[in-house]
Amino acid sequence: MKQLIAILVDGSVYASWLFIISAGLTLIYGVMRILNMSHGSFYALGAYSGAAMVGWYFSTGSVPWFSFVALIGAALVAGITVGLLVERGLLRFMYGRDEVVMILVTYAVLLIMEDAIKLIWGVEPYFAYQPYTMLGRTKFAGLSFANYDFMLIGVSILIGLALWYGLNRTRNGKLLRVVIHDREIAGALGINVSRIFTITFLIGAGIGALAGALTAPGLSVVPGMGIEVIVLAFAVVVIGGLGSISGALVGALIVGMARATAVHLYPEVELFVIYAVMGLVLAFRPQGLFAVANARKI
Amino acid sequence: MKTKSLALLFILGLAILAGGLLLPQWMSYLFTIAMGKGLVVLGLVLLMRAGLVSFGQGLYYCVGAYVAGMLTQFAEVTDILLILLASISVSVVIAAIIGLLLCRYREIFFAMFSMAFSMILYGLLVRMQVLGSTDGFNVANPSLLGWAPGPEGASDLVLAVAVFLVVSLGILAWRYLNSLSGYAGEAVRENEIRLEYLGGSVFKVVYVKYIIAAALAAIGGTVTALVSGHVDPEMAYWTTSGEFVFIALMGGTAHVAAPIIAAVLFEALRTYAFAVAPYTWQMILGFALLAIILFMPSGLWSLVERFQNKKARKTT
Repeated sequence: MKQLIAILVDGSVYASWLFIISAGLTLIYGVMRILNMSHGSFYALGAYSGAAMVGWYFSTGSVPWFSFVALIGAALVAGITVGLLVERGLLRFMYGRDEVVMILVTYAVLLIMEDAIKLIWGVEPYFAYQPYTMLGRTKFAGLSFANYDFMLIGVSILIGLALWYGLNRTRNGKLLRVVIHDREIAGALGINVSRIFTITFLIGAGIGALAGALTAPGLSVVPGMGIEVIVLAFAVVVIGGLGSISGALVGALIVGMARATAVHLYPEVELFVIYAVMGLVLAFRPQGLFAVANARKI
Repeated sequence: MKTKSLALLFILGLAILAGGLLLPQWMSYLFTIAMGKGLVVLGLVLLMRAGLVSFGQGLYYCVGAYVAGMLTQFAEVTDILLILLASISVSVVIAAIIGLLLCRYREIFFAMFSMAFSMILYGLLVRMQVLGSTDGFNVANPSLLGWAPGPEGASDLVLAVAVFLVVSLGILAWRYLNSLSGYAGEAVRENEIRLEYLGGSVFKVVYVKYIIAAALAAIGGTVTALVSGHVDPEMAYWTTSGEFVFIALMGGTAHVAAPIIAAVLFEALRTYAFAVAPYTWQMILGFALLAIILFMPSGLWSLVERFQNKKARKTT
């Protein structure tokens, strides 16, 4: 019983973390048909800028509660600025190219950003544990959980709701869905597709950076953290179906629970189980659980 | 293949070998590593000819290396031919199984799933205490048919074998690309449905290519493991596979020699860049990759072709 609760709680914390990371990835793919490999770098960028900002904030000795604003604000500013740079400076010249070429282009962006991060923040690990410890811990069923992790679940639900509302209940969201459905017809109807692309990329990059910032207090921020994340996020989004946000949610839940179960029962297979789940889903549903299969053009 | 160019290749191989043996130790070491990577990339290029980019050749690279390492360390088999045979068979079996699932996919899905499979191996190796976990383990010196050259001569032996493999497998790959099933690969890239109309099996073409590429990657991994004397899970990490993709794009897919030349150039560049700017190596790679995609989409080999075209125009 105790173990079950631990698995459930750890699983949902991990799932919400995964959802925040993969939501940006799947949104960008859904709209722009770009599998953004550099998403992991935006995650790392958010983690570094957030951690650095929190460290600086606490050194000034201001009110501790506002450190959350510093954490999230720094990450969002950094993510959106760099996102704007990447999209306007590079990606917009590449639209319409093959999807595989776009993988390579964003892979190049990832390589560049990884080293840029090292140049700016060095290779020493950063710690921003204050927001994590500040919230304290809750004892529940004889187990102790960090409140920060519960907050993570709340934030991921908020992000999910905001994305759902934005896409389904606002005018801009409707325009976005038109572009997802058919880029050329959308353009013919007078929708500014390239502006929609820019906005989508910024939202995706912003969520990626936000995910990094929210992760930073829970662990040490080290070089290479973004590279690990991108493969994981990809596994999550393909389980649900690339380009579908509800798919990302389901994928995150499946992967999160599978991993938590593995960690508690068979720790040796932790990484293995994630990809095993992915392989299993894809063996039966090659497009993922939620994507609609496309007819191939001859 | 014309006898003239065959003889030329043979002489080239001998020259490379002689050069490699005369070079200082560290250079011939790098050269052997480049040969190993060149073989991996050769396999990748075969796949790219069919329009498939694999971000997971590291899987077979690592399998080849670990088979070599485990045979020398745990089974005390040091004969290089036996090791090669073993790593080829293991990789072919794995590829035959994974290929059944993977060869149904195209484009980004093929790229990302192949990456996921190599990450599975990485995840397993990292957790395996017996195999040294993240540190990996050392590989003993190889021998050839009972002749054990010792630590000094072992690297020369591996170099000789690597050059022999590169030349012979390069010729085989060339023959393959000019065969019916080789051309069918390009048909897969251009239009799969028409290939099916013509009576070809798209799945079979892709499947065979995938297995060949896996075997080549395993051979490359074995060569690398034997010359460096060490293996670790990093070989299956997806950044290693990304490096192979980079080398393949750098060389281009027009000729079987392109990946080998690109691998040598890549290793040379990397050695200098690491010495000069250790923290900006990846950044240099990234900008180079963008430059290749933008300005030289068919790789460095397009320079050779341009040169050849110019010559052809002059003679006519």
